[in-house]
Amino acid sequence: MSNTVLEKPQVTDPPPSSPALARRRLPRWSPIAVALVSAGLGIGIGNAAGWQSRIQWGLIGALLFVAITYGVTALVEDRRQARDKVATSVIWVCFAVAVVPLVSLAWTTISRGAKLLDGYFLSHSMGGMTNLEEGGGVYHALLGTLEQVGIATLIAAPVGLLTAVYLVEYGRGRLARAVTFFVDVMTGIPSIVAGLFVLAFWNLGLGFGPSGFAGAMALAILMMPVVVRSTEEMLKLVPNELREASLALGVPKWLTILKVVIPTSIGGITTGVMLAVARITGETAPVMLLVFGNTLINPNPFSGAQESLPLYVWNQYKLGNAASIDRAWAGALTLIAFVMLLNLLARGIARWKAPKAGGR
Amino acid sequence: MAKRIDVSGLTAFYGSHRAIDDISMSVEPRSVTAFIGPSGCGKSTFLRTLNRMHEVTPGGRVDGKVMLDSEDLYGPQVDPVSVRRTIGMVFQRPNPFPTMSIYDNVAAGLRLNGQKKKRELDETVERSLKGANLWNEVKDRLNKPGSGLSGGQQQRLCIARAIAVEPQVLLMDEPCSALDPISTLAIEDLIADLKSKFTIVIVTHNMQQAARVSDRTAFFNLAAVGEPGKLIEIDDTERIFSNPSVQATEDYISGRFG
Amino acid sequence: MDTTSTSEKAPPPTGPPADGSGAGAGGPAPAPIKGNAVRPGDRIFRGLSRGSGITLLVIMAAIAGFLAYRASIAVSQNSVNFLTAFEWNPQGDPPAFGIGILAFGTVVSSVIAMVIAVPVAVGIALFISHYAPRKIASPLGYVIDLLAAVPSIIYGLWGALFLVPYLDGLTRWLDQFFGWTTVFEMSNPGSPARSIFTVGILLAIMILPIITNVSREVFLQAPKMYEEAALALGATRWETIRTSVLPFGRSGIISASMLGLGRALGETMAVATVLSPGFLFTWHILDPGSGTFAQNIAAKFNEADDFGRDALIASGLVLFVITLLVNGAARWIIARRKEYSGANA
Repeated sequence: MSNTVLEKPQVTDPPPSSPALARRRLPRWSPIAVALVSAGLGIGIGNAAGWQSRIQWGLIGALLFVAITYGVTALVEDRRQARDKVATSVIWVCFAVAVVPLVSLAWTTISRGAKLLDGYFLSHSMGGMTNLEEGGGVYHALLGTLEQVGIATLIAAPVGLLTAVYLVEYGRGRLARAVTFFVDVMTGIPSIVAGLFVLAFWNLGLGFGPSGFAGAMALAILMMPVVVRSTEEMLKLVPNELREASLALGVPKWLTILKVVIPTSIGGITTGVMLAVARITGETAPVMLLVFGNTLINPNPFSGAQESLPLYVWNQYKLGNAASIDRAWAGALTLIAFVMLLNLLARGIARWKAPKAGGR
Repeated sequence: MAKRIDVSGLTAFYGSHRAIDDISMSVEPRSVTAFIGPSGCGKSTFLRTLNRMHEVTPGGRVDGKVMLDSEDLYGPQVDPVSVRRTIGMVFQRPNPFPTMSIYDNVAAGLRLNGQKKKRELDETVERSLKGANLWNEVKDRLNKPGSGLSGGQQQRLCIARAIAVEPQVLLMDEPCSALDPISTLAIEDLIADLKSKFTIVIVTHNMQQAARVSDRTAFFNLAAVGEPGKLIEIDDTERIFSNPSVQATEDYISGRFG
Repeated sequence: MDTTSTSEKAPPPTGPPADGSGAGAGGPAPAPIKGNAVRPGDRIFRGLSRGSGITLLVIMAAIAGFLAYRASIAVSQNSVNFLTAFEWNPQGDPPAFGIGILAFGTVVSSVIAMVIAVPVAVGIALFISHYAPRKIASPLGYVIDLLAAVPSIIYGLWGALFLVPYLDGLTRWLDQFFGWTTVFEMSNPGSPARSIFTVGILLAIMILPIITNVSREVFLQAPKMYEEAALALGATRWETIRTSVLPFGRSGIISASMLGLGRALGETMAVATVLSPGFLFTWHILDPGSGTFAQNIAAKFNEADDFGRDALIASGLVLFVITLLVNGAARWIIARRKEYSGANA
């Protein structure tokens, strides 16, 4: 490895005037330093001006952070780098700005809800209690939520699943296009509108009173498009070769779908359904219109007003005294724990059951 | 404008995996150097360490020295952005920016560097497209999207984009592997033209191509799957293909393995 | 993914269909071919799945139909202009109710929410996809995913009991320095910040995880090869993002924003807990008062008789139509952008 190509200086270009590779750069700790300085300035200015709100201090600090970053970089490096650094700092600030309220939300709910949340709270209703009294529990609401969400799932999951099968395996032409379009439209329906529809149709139209079932119908309407969308995605991930392999063996199409396509994507489908369940569990508005609320245990979803977890939180909040606010937080924590559990479980299944293409 | 590259003791990692191990070589200015070797031997990884693109891959890390004339690309004050501006790259799959027109694609690098004057942009775009042997084919549709071109034209567009910023070195990572034979021939002709101005390094799977276009050839190999790739030898292309000094090279070139 | 059915759809007319399931797949009509060629299993299954699709359409039609019917009952007896009046008194004699204030409050709160949430969400999405160290990035994405699932009533509870007191100083400060704009003027500084402005901020926080999630996914899908092309040209990180990530993400950001906007427009509980409503029109968005469609329905529902409920349904119909328009617009924008997005590259 010694040979060099003959290199005669026949092509006499002017000496290359390439930009120097090395240039002045800020030390690596500079962003942290700038952050500290601006945080300090933010607190200082906030204190000096006598603003009580920490929100202002934070905003001032964030603005200073971006401005100082730009100034220092433009001075030491160049304008292009300065723009890059500003983008970086703005994005970090975005992250910080968003994290604060979201962390606060989680922390407040957990710390204030944990005060009351125990076995007693989960196993008792509000029966026989005056509004100002301490104690009481969430059992009736938990029961109501489970029943309403269960019924909604029983309605929505099969319809949603079959619709997705139709769209992916059979659908083409005008009907399929219409279904696709209206599934999209349905995804955007505000939950209160779904509630109003059932109210107009079931209560005002057919004359039934409030019941868990009425609420479940509204929840089912909200759940269907979510199930269709997620199932559709999962079915589309099933490679076509699998279908063809099965069809080529002489298996009829419906059996191919049932025995090959759906089992391949069952993990993803389950995840989708569970996420949809988690979503409707937290819906308050339609339940408020249709289930009405009840302080007593009503185990029958088909007759009479029931309670549900989100509705319980709302009603206790509205009472507005110290004891009821505590109950509202505890109810909120119960609800959030339930929803998060469903979410984690669903994602767990997705990861565990993921076919090569699924998940992620 | 072309510079030589001297690599010494270069090792590249993906996370904790050692992809290439202790490579030292020189790349001569105004010449074409080809990297050949079996799949997975690290020749593409090595190529990407030459303009600090390797560290863009998550977990990518490099030890060692790459000297461009007298500057170490991995020196403490060196800005990877300036490195990539100085050492251009053409990728395996043609990747013109799909949201930009042909003109904007070629001008993209210049615009990034603050060139805004319409006249100068026009001149450079024309010069670069001519340099990439593409001007005659696209001069009437400069404002059409680049994605409407054929694969070979797209690749030449990418070459035009790379040479528009007047780099010192041009790295090509299997530039013809996604192209048909006729487009490949066009690119090979282009490489022969370009070497009068640029230092060119090309990774290729195709040994005939290496023999056709390159002045020097480096052969890479790996002991086993999972082992790091190593440089076996580098020499004049003619010698590598007629009388290599290492047995493994001869085996690979004559098709006895790999 | 269509090949199976397409290949079946067009069997040579002479050859017997392999399993008959393809028969009739072409036309919109069910076309039940009599005879042994169609297996009963296929027919039943196909019918079931088709029926489910049709059920969905029927539900949509029923929603529009029933809402429109009940709304027409109420509006026909209304004594004022339903779309422009600033009062809500369906129990009155004659009944008088209009959605002017509700439309105003809904639009203003949603606009505030979007102005705050979209840039911040895009920032966080970029943070996760391109800036954060890898060790943080994927757990962070996961957490944001979970936050998107937090029920709105909990945002409402937190907003009313936690955010409102904390916004006190900020609103006072806005009043002090920007009061001259009228918009930020407070008639009664020091009153709790239960205003449409606070609602906007709370809605922004609420839709942040949703917009972030969708945008992040889009950014991660932007093909790496274009980013590499930009980097190899000597682009800085921000320039790389601008040339080869954002152009890909644009339609994704729009549809994510529309998703968020849809949530903000129809949000009930988070607004109902925070806002202290009123039917006096004012430009002062820091003052209590105003209302939104959904909040008004929640607030007025319990005291309303059947006619009052019809009036609320009428306002719900307007909300329904607005969300339909927003969704339609989003879909239209996405369809139009598709040709430029290079999704097929």
